[in-house]
Amino acid sequence: MLAKRIIPCLDVKDGQTVKGTNFVHLRSAGDPVELGKMYSETGADELVFLDITASHEGRKTFTKLVERLSEEIYIPFTVGGGIGSIDDVDRLLSAGADKVSINSAALRHPELIDEITRHFGSQVCVVAIDARQEGDTWTCYLNGGRIPTERTLFDWAKECADRGAGEILFTSMDHDGVKQGFANDALRQLSETLPIPIIASGGAGAKEHFRDAFTLGHADAALAASVFHFGEIPIPELKQYLLNEKIPVRI
Amino acid sequence: MQVAIVKYNAGNIRSVINAFSRLGITPLYTDDPEQLASADKIIFPGQGEASNAMRYLREHRLDEVIRNLQQPILGICIGQQLMCSHSEEGDVDCLGIFDAPVLRFQPEQQAQKVPHMGWNTIGNLQSPLFKGLKTDDFVYFVHSFYVPICEHTIATTDYILPYSAALQRDNFYATQFHPEKSGTVGETILRNFLEL
Repeated sequence: MLAKRIIPCLDVKDGQTVKGTNFVHLRSAGDPVELGKMYSETGADELVFLDITASHEGRKTFTKLVERLSEEIYIPFTVGGGIGSIDDVDRLLSAGADKVSINSAALRHPELIDEITRHFGSQVCVVAIDARQEGDTWTCYLNGGRIPTERTLFDWAKECADRGAGEILFTSMDHDGVKQGFANDALRQLSETLPIPIIASGGAGAKEHFRDAFTLGHADAALAASVFHFGEIPIPELKQYLLNEKIPVRI
Repeated sequence: MQVAIVKYNAGNIRSVINAFSRLGITPLYTDDPEQLASADKIIFPGQGEASNAMRYLREHRLDEVIRNLQQPILGICIGQQLMCSHSEEGDVDCLGIFDAPVLRFQPEQQAQKVPHMGWNTIGNLQSPLFKGLKTDDFVYFVHSFYVPICEHTIATTDYILPYSAALQRDNFYATQFHPEKSGTVGETILRNFLEL
């Protein structure tokens, strides 16, 4: 049976992992390769590494990091952050990443999704969507949640799938960092209308939240950062809990 | 031991190379027929699209080279599909090593997403390739096309329907999943392949 996936996410800046709370405050949480290895050995199903460095020099450092990750980690991993062109994608896949996650660049140039899937296949193309609920609509945001766009979550997610995206990584900015659970209603709507896997992101604070993302949100995978990095929820314990709750996970 | 990886237009092979490096092997990445023929073991990896891959293999005469290999060869993912008779992806005739078609998943419910992506269990294990594995160990899959259960099936999995997770005929082995991405289970399978 296909397992629901648990995905630790590591934000990387200048070679170190950091994690924002509501995208503003950053706390340091260790070395990405060591953390990634630890996670892969303790039951993480995939890993996501987001480069939040802005400089050209930082990009080179990140590419080197991806090469090291590929040597040390033998579960799938996705990289993202600042990917703007097919050349960026080629560089990161060549360095050993399994998938790339694109966000702002896809909103600015949606045809980048078609281009990536045509060159490398749908399976490498994860489109990350940061959205915030405003009244009845979910507004998509650019640049790590700083700039609102005209696009709304469900229309944009559908367009991404139509253009060939392999997965949608949906972060609810309202839930992110608050640790009160994932945006299960929105997740469920995404999952029930799109033909591709949905990764839940933003809001994990307790084991029950992961269960709810799968049972209420119908997510295919759930991503979190700080609850894993600070040891608040050890992954083996989370997996055992989910198994007891009759959710198919890989142990 | 010399392990050669077949060089063609099918995507990222870095993780395959790294997986063998962890086992102490430095594979040769080549499309040279003589180097392929003289290697102890061959890996036929891949991600990508079947009809483009087949066109490339034919243009570079690698189709004949692969069919004539005598040593153990392991096809992975699209590599496995290309070793079958025909693929619905691009409606293309493939290498014909396994007498089985490659079909597109036909989801019956909304919950059945395609591609089949993630960790799934394998069972009905019938090969030394799986020595040391337990039934229902998990391996990592990413694919939209599948090979039905057939006379060459040596492992099965279930997604939308039961189908072949791995195939074997004579010296030709193949897995639909990615052993190089399947953690310690995948590492065991690759080590078993080296011991064939």
